[in-house]
Amino acid sequence: MIARAVRLLSLPLGAILLALVVGAIVMIASSPLVTGHFDVTLPLTTYWALIEGSLLSFNAIVDTIVNAAPLILVGLAVGLGFKAGLFNIGGQGQFLVGAVAAAGTGAALAGSPTAIAVPVALLAGMVAGALYGFIPGFLKAYTGAHEVVTTIMLNYVAIQIVSFLITGPLRAPGASFARSDDVGNAALPAVLNAGSGHPGHIGIFVPFLVVPLIWWLLFKTTAGFELRTVGANPDAALYAGMRPRRVIVLALTFGGMLAGLAGSIEILGVTGYMPAAYSTNIGFDAITVALLGRAHPVGILLGGLLLGAMRAGAGLMQIQAGIPVQMIDLLQGVILFFLAADVIVRRVFRVKAADVGVDELQTVTSSYAGKAPAG
Amino acid sequence: MSDESATHPPDGRTLEPALSPDAGTQPEVHVRAPALEMRGITKRYPGVLANDNISLDVKPGEIHALLGENGAGKTTLMNILYGLARPDDGAILLDGEEVRIAGPSDAIARGISMVHQHFMLVPVLTVAENILLGDETMANPIFLDRKEANERIRLLGQRFGFDIDPAEKVGRLSVGWQQRVEILKAIYRDARIMVLDEPTAVLTPQETKEIFAVLRRLADEGHSIIFISHKLYEVLEIADRITVIRRGRVVGERVPADTDEDDLAQLMVGRDVQLIVDRGESHPTDIALVVDHLSVKNDRGNEVVRDVGFEVRSGEILGIAGVAGNGQDELVEAIVGLRRPSGGRIELDGHDATHMGPRQMHTLGLSFVPADRHRFGLVLSYSLTDNLVLTDYYAPPYARGIVRDDAASHARAVEAIEQFDVRTPSADVTAGTLSGGNQQKLVVAREFDRDLRLLVLDQPTRGLDVGSIEFIHRQTIKKRDAGTAIVLVSAELDEVLELSDRIAVMYRGQIVAVRDGRTADREEIGLLMATGGRKVVAGEAAS
Repeated sequence: MIARAVRLLSLPLGAILLALVVGAIVMIASSPLVTGHFDVTLPLTTYWALIEGSLLSFNAIVDTIVNAAPLILVGLAVGLGFKAGLFNIGGQGQFLVGAVAAAGTGAALAGSPTAIAVPVALLAGMVAGALYGFIPGFLKAYTGAHEVVTTIMLNYVAIQIVSFLITGPLRAPGASFARSDDVGNAALPAVLNAGSGHPGHIGIFVPFLVVPLIWWLLFKTTAGFELRTVGANPDAALYAGMRPRRVIVLALTFGGMLAGLAGSIEILGVTGYMPAAYSTNIGFDAITVALLGRAHPVGILLGGLLLGAMRAGAGLMQIQAGIPVQMIDLLQGVILFFLAADVIVRRVFRVKAADVGVDELQTVTSSYAGKAPAG
Repeated sequence: MSDESATHPPDGRTLEPALSPDAGTQPEVHVRAPALEMRGITKRYPGVLANDNISLDVKPGEIHALLGENGAGKTTLMNILYGLARPDDGAILLDGEEVRIAGPSDAIARGISMVHQHFMLVPVLTVAENILLGDETMANPIFLDRKEANERIRLLGQRFGFDIDPAEKVGRLSVGWQQRVEILKAIYRDARIMVLDEPTAVLTPQETKEIFAVLRRLADEGHSIIFISHKLYEVLEIADRITVIRRGRVVGERVPADTDEDDLAQLMVGRDVQLIVDRGESHPTDIALVVDHLSVKNDRGNEVVRDVGFEVRSGEILGIAGVAGNGQDELVEAIVGLRRPSGGRIELDGHDATHMGPRQMHTLGLSFVPADRHRFGLVLSYSLTDNLVLTDYYAPPYARGIVRDDAASHARAVEAIEQFDVRTPSADVTAGTLSGGNQQKLVVAREFDRDLRLLVLDQPTRGLDVGSIEFIHRQTIKKRDAGTAIVLVSAELDEVLELSDRIAVMYRGQIVAVRDGRTADREEIGLLMATGGRKVVAGEAAS
């Protein structure tokens, strides 16, 4: 059990380590611009500030989890896809339609009691996300349209949907820029008073409930068995009497629901309204999270927390080390690079491919030559 | 091929064993040194002694068969020869000189070439392009002179007796022809020593014959060939000499004239093996399966099964013989519910099963051992436990509602592994770690170990060693005697002849003849498979 965990973790940990090394090299190389000379201790200062800003105080930890929550949920959406042999790049769009649905519903219920407003707004976001995941799922299962193509396209459509709704029907009257009305009583109550940064709203506990649920679904139920079988060998699934098409639709719909939930939590818990120019990179960050987590729910939880911690610590890093917050994007990009180029990691740390098993990466690489499922 | 054997160069059969110290030192007798000699090769992997002091030599113009069960160490030895693995001990000599082979490119440069079981060809390129791929001697490195290249390849093919169209895309060729392209590639690269790893595993009997003719021709031109196989009759037919390996050691060397299948099987397995399982009497009862005027289309929409009809009774085995690709795959897929028939009717136990899916057929008591166990039969990344409940996972006792019962699944797995003699360290390892024979036993364990009405076996022993074949044949007979109706589809005519109570011959999508399994004539069935029986029928009418 422990040996297996070590094997599974070797690739992500290796990628993180190598990314930190690359980050350090970049920092040292660019340190003359900051300090006027080559500063070999700059990476240490930087990484220490990152740790301090994300872990070393109650506020920091709350901030980390607030940042991590949507990453984990959308990461699970991508991870479910991987398990079913699908590369879901549509987390972005599903997140956005979930967010705008929650924002609209929340604004409409702003005066209702919280006990009604919050669940209904969350549900609206989940349904919207699920519908938005259903579209590529249905297209894949019954027409063979590739989910990579359709989900990327639907991401752009989602941006336009948000822009239309917020500048049109949902626009708050009298606001100085295009935005929806405040969600009022539909806002997620803050339960952890962090004082600064993000409030510790109640939504940050959601991933800790959803992760065990997904784990249970995947590994303890017949539905999870079917999903994993379709992902591992669709022909064998067909032979075993499963229905791969239905599984594909369900996997993407359920993933969309999780991404929609993430969008709702972000609006109801953090921003309180939706601007027309809502900008996020979460769909792509979530792919990094899912790959870091090896598509396993617990791994995705850890991966989401790591990326959340980097986002939470970025502010302090900029103040204390003078390193711009964009450093986080660089680190994240390099992590993704090493995860995809896993051969490099395996060479450096001398782990064999057979020992780590890279199924989810096979989904990524083979998904561009995918075929329509039968049955 | 027996008439050709008289013209073989005699060196393969009459010389002293090559290890004899004076074999190369007698100047007055013209003795050619072995083209290849492997001396005392030892290779350890953690926990396994894969090769234990193996010595092997191959003379110029000799076809030397390497015979052994799956996992006996044949592949390790050949990987060492090809530079893919380094021996812990021992030496490799080419033309009497010791060499160190650094890797595959070094091996190729030294004239050693390997034809793999899975071909290394680019399907979208033409035959000529595949063969010339990476050839540095072509004058213009960027643009291929197609005309000249095609001509060169055509001539080369003709020299070895096959008329190949160099401009044809490799993806459009049958496996038999693809294999010829691989061989041609080896010849083109000037390979003096060619290793063929189970070359006939994917071929029809007819294609096998043709490839054998090519190999003989190559040997006559002085090429040395190492022929890896576990098919006894093939080895007896093609080899000049046979080395048998068991558990990493050489357990015997034979020439075909002094041995037979029983002797080789015993050497290979280490115990007496019953090559032909005694099928006993069958006692057919009620009709279990009715196939009536059935037509089935393939993926391209061509009707490849046309108006086929037969019945199978409980307690009998209906063998379907036929050269691969005559509609057997589609027929089987239609029966088990994986493919919708385009016409006709299927009845299982009185139920109309024409439009049932695999799940419904399974519930009615149908089990199916698919031809391609990696594609349909198993999920290689799953544990043996999950594979053993792959078709039953949703029903009690393996699931209550939507929750799976891991304990019940595991208990079933442990029992089935024991009963069907699947060699594995535990039920928790993944199916991908098992040998081919054990993987097939795993599929057989899942499909046989339940109450059955109809059992469909599609190529149930393809690529297996004799021990596993014997086991699966015994289990099949046992199932028949327990009253199961069995449909056996196999491209191995011998298998069909050995097991079937009745034999149906399939040719171009139709059943052209049905014969009694005990009195059927091998030659006649073979002819029916090859021609569909038109000439035979005419001949019979005349006589």
